[in-house]
Amino acid sequence: MNKSGEISGTHFMLGNHAIVEGAIAAGCRYFAGYPITPASEIVERMSRRMPEVGGRFIQMEDEMGAIFSVIGASLAGAKAMTATASAGFNYMQEGIGLAATIEVPCVIVDVPRTRQDIQPTESDIMQVKWGASGDYETICLVASSIQEAFDLTVEAFNFAEKYRNPVVLISEANISHMRGRLEIPERNRIKVVNRKPATGPPEDYLPFRAGENGVPAMSSFGEGYRVLYTHNPHDERGRILNVEADPDGYEKLYDKICGKITRDTDEIARFETRFLDDADLAVVSYGTESSSALEAVIRARSESIKAGYVKLTTVWPVPERLLRDVAEKVEKIIVPEMNMGKYVNEVKRVSCGEADVIPLSKNNGEIHSPEEILKRMRGESG
Amino acid sequence: MKPHPNVKFLRKGVLPHQFCPGCGCGQVLNYLIYAMQELNLDMDKVVLLGGVGCNSRIPVYMNTEVVHGTHGRTLAWATGIRLANPELKVIVVTGDGDCVSIGTNHFVQAARRNLDVTVILVNNGIFGMTGGQAAPTTPLGSRTSTSPMGSMENAFDLCKLAETAGATYVSRWTTAHPRSAIRSIKKGIEHKGFSFIEMVSQCPTYFGRYVLKIPIEKPLEYLLWLRNNSITKEKTSQLSDEELKEKIVVGDFFEKRAQTLIERYQKMEKEVRV
Repeated sequence: MNKSGEISGTHFMLGNHAIVEGAIAAGCRYFAGYPITPASEIVERMSRRMPEVGGRFIQMEDEMGAIFSVIGASLAGAKAMTATASAGFNYMQEGIGLAATIEVPCVIVDVPRTRQDIQPTESDIMQVKWGASGDYETICLVASSIQEAFDLTVEAFNFAEKYRNPVVLISEANISHMRGRLEIPERNRIKVVNRKPATGPPEDYLPFRAGENGVPAMSSFGEGYRVLYTHNPHDERGRILNVEADPDGYEKLYDKICGKITRDTDEIARFETRFLDDADLAVVSYGTESSSALEAVIRARSESIKAGYVKLTTVWPVPERLLRDVAEKVEKIIVPEMNMGKYVNEVKRVSCGEADVIPLSKNNGEIHSPEEILKRMRGESG
Repeated sequence: MKPHPNVKFLRKGVLPHQFCPGCGCGQVLNYLIYAMQELNLDMDKVVLLGGVGCNSRIPVYMNTEVVHGTHGRTLAWATGIRLANPELKVIVVTGDGDCVSIGTNHFVQAARRNLDVTVILVNNGIFGMTGGQAAPTTPLGSRTSTSPMGSMENAFDLCKLAETAGATYVSRWTTAHPRSAIRSIKKGIEHKGFSFIEMVSQCPTYFGRYVLKIPIEKPLEYLLWLRNNSITKEKTSQLSDEELKEKIVVGDFFEKRAQTLIERYQKMEKEVRV
């Protein structure tokens, strides 16, 4: 542990703890949570770690309390995070909608799980993007290993700060509750992005005017900028819009808060591809399904099936350019998911009929085995 | 013409306001401005929070840092803001629907923690913005848009609720008590810990018409009703319980200096860092 309470080096660590250390490395100094299995180890470790690194932790009365206090802390200048699981994520939707609309950077960790047996699932994959009312965008990353749990937490904060937007990190229950090898680099070797601060006299500051990359500069409470943040449609100064006086106001607002993300999709897209060059069948996966998918593709290759592997780390916004390229290259795309078939529809949408997109659904709390994916690949390549 | 000296407290370009003629929100806004001015607060360090509803819109007109527009979540914002930057003065201006219907949990929990914030709850006894529906503050038997046969539910005594939950300064006035209201708001802002000021206010459009049967064009009658129907806490012993039911009891109900949430954090943090 260094003087500021941060740790580095090689560890054998729980996924949920890796997320906490990733947040600390990214500069998180406020955490609010509400206990829920299988995210509770994040809340527990934060309660010990935040005071050690000069941050503050609070256990709130519910998930709404957690997300809204995180928004408050971020407005006051802190990098802030909360963590929850599926059912708890429902409650946070309202806050995510607000954070996106008034452009508050924050990170929400979702550890998706089934009810009753708390098994991993990917059935939240749409709700992390589409849950709140109104037009908005979120960025969502999915971890598929302990190392990624750490690395992507840092990345999540960097995206949140860069785009002034809520960012969701998904760590499925089997990552969160697994222990594994984790390398934490020295502090000065971790890339950390901070929000662009407001400068100049307060009377000239437009807190919601799109700046570089479409993202406005952001002041913190108490700096003298006296910003009005309202969930209602607002102009560049933050004043509530009167649609009669400013008929284009709504469109300008929603184009800005959605466009800054969607126009930068390629920049936000994180993915990994293998064996695609001569492939005529691709497996597109995300999260823990990716490990089975890779194993299945390697075995398929040994059976002379021309299989390719695509792992999505960024699921929202949808990495459309990548998926379109894959669809143009191959005949068929198999999408294994731990749900009844959800993200597969996004792959289908982007493919525009260029490839046959086949769902491989399973929602019994287990990931697909490599054999199950391979079996389907054999069937489709015959 | 010289501008009014308190104009500097108002945000530029947000008028005209959205309140109905005769509404009490403008008065509460005024009392808050007078309190701030008399305390000579550093306006750069003030954060005003309002949720959703007529009363919650008051902060929108103020020239400070403001968050507005999500129903009932003001005290959750306040918690994050205070913990992240204890230098800031956080004042919540909320309504009965916002604070003690949808937001009750955050409200009682923040009071329990003795979070160092001031809550000015403007209580008009009804949901105004949505069209006059019954609220947890609507008196038993009142006819409203959602209680056409009369409300079946008891109303909250908000000051008792706040005190029981752990608030350390509790006071109630009406919009017809400007001087006392300003004094209590000042006291609340200066108080260390969770301070709660209930401002019983008039809603001529709904509560006045539906419950009090005061014509909408006569808000003065409503104000007089508030004044004449109020009794200071000191005089309550002269009335029977039955007579008291019809009255608005006003005054300072509770005041205590207790360790605040921030003070507890600061003490713990010193120990952790040693």
